[in-house]
Amino acid sequence: MLDDFLVRAGLAAVGLSLATGPLGSFVVWRRMAYFGDATAHAAILGVALALATDLPIGLGTLTVALAMAVTVAGLSARGWAMDTTLGVLAHSALAFGLVAVSFFPTVRTDLSAYLFGDILAVSRSDLALVWLGALAVVALLAWRWQALLTATLSEDLAHAAGIRPDRERLVLVIALASVVAVALKIVGALLIAAMLIIPAAAARSLARTPEAMAAIAVAVGALSGLGGLALSLWQDTPTGPSIIVVAAALFALASIRRQR
Amino acid sequence: MKLITASHVCVRFGTDEVLHDINLDVSKGEIVTILGPNGSGKSTLLRALLGIVPVAEGRITRAPGLRIGHVPQKLMIDRTMPITVRRFLSLPTRVTDAAAEETLARVGMAGHGTDQMTTLSGGQQQRVLLARALLGAPQLLMLDEPTQGLDQPGEAAFYRLIEEVRTETGAAVLMISHDLHVVMAASDRVICLNGHICCEGTPRVVSTAPEYRALFGLGTQGALALYRHDHDHDHKDGPAHHSHDHRHDHRHEHDHA
Repeated sequence: MLDDFLVRAGLAAVGLSLATGPLGSFVVWRRMAYFGDATAHAAILGVALALATDLPIGLGTLTVALAMAVTVAGLSARGWAMDTTLGVLAHSALAFGLVAVSFFPTVRTDLSAYLFGDILAVSRSDLALVWLGALAVVALLAWRWQALLTATLSEDLAHAAGIRPDRERLVLVIALASVVAVALKIVGALLIAAMLIIPAAAARSLARTPEAMAAIAVAVGALSGLGGLALSLWQDTPTGPSIIVVAAALFALASIRRQR
Repeated sequence: MKLITASHVCVRFGTDEVLHDINLDVSKGEIVTILGPNGSGKSTLLRALLGIVPVAEGRITRAPGLRIGHVPQKLMIDRTMPITVRRFLSLPTRVTDAAAEETLARVGMAGHGTDQMTTLSGGQQQRVLLARALLGAPQLLMLDEPTQGLDQPGEAAFYRLIEEVRTETGAAVLMISHDLHVVMAASDRVICLNGHICCEGTPRVVSTAPEYRALFGLGTQGALALYRHDHDHDHKDGPAHHSHDHRHDHRHEHDHA
């Protein structure tokens, strides 16, 4: 069954949604959208570094994404103006990455695979990586769920309950970097943030509790993944962007439902 | 038994010394109020005691295993977060439906469990915050201007509830207020703060202290007059009912030990 590239692609999309649903909810609640962008764009630099050092691409992207996420979290804790800082870091990481990758002529042709994803080329080992990564992120978030929610609602309430908000922030940062590394192959560096935010935003209209929002975001993400694959097959469109197009359509539907 | 003690505590923001040489303690079952003008460091002191703000000098010691219930000044919940009152009460420690419903009823919010937190009024939100704090069976309640957003009857009811909680559970209460009148009536001890502790003692002692008058100036004469009016009565024969020229409904059960 796994021999079929379509089955692998579908499973990869569903696996990714498991992680992006709950994590994306936190990104929305904490207004970390730009933060997700910066981390994702840094992944391209990770690709370049991995190629330069002959390390696995996944490891390179994970390391650089994590470094970026920790840097940004550290700067924000020190009260830097976040939109400017992130704008500088996100785009320079992307630019540095693109320039660095150009030194490897063999890669230049399929660079778009890293920018826009190439879900149809997901191999068995890619698939295993996606599911392992996603399950690890879900387990991490489930373990810290109560503390993460409390810290997200109010750092003061968290402190008073003996929860350390900075540690919970680090948990999210690590989860984010892992998801970026996993999602690079599927939706690409430019659209990872969309995969985090759009399903969660759609779920917001339909949910009454944080848990429901995370669960609905998983469903919307999975539906977008499968729908995007179908759209891509049917109209021969690029798959990564097609997934986001379907997610955006679902978001619009959910918003209309809320208006009524 | 001292629940929490601050000795020679200084707090600095950069080079600014916001709190200077603070010594205070709260014992089991007493209601202590911190009073002070804006910018006097009241909230900072409470946050330092909670461990939110780091202490530059001095020490804060808590009784081992002390359970603190914290009611912050205001809770800003982002509109992107869907959360019901019931769900909020289970953060960070999960509570049973029965306990949640009972505590909500106690703070006058029965039947609001399914409401979204973001749709509550300021006063309702304060009550939910208090309910959440009470569910942790606190030995010490810390409240930062808890009656913001409440109207006068609501405010009086809130302080009455605090006194009830103290009587029933023996919990100590440390709260911040700027409302001299009501708070003085409800407190065992008042601490006047303006970067340092200006004066402290029973409400009656503090209200006549020159430091206190210097701090709050002439604007408080009216409230002070009313306050003295309250306490010139003899409370020994139990709850006395006062008729005031305003809408507070006070019942005092002072047990000055």
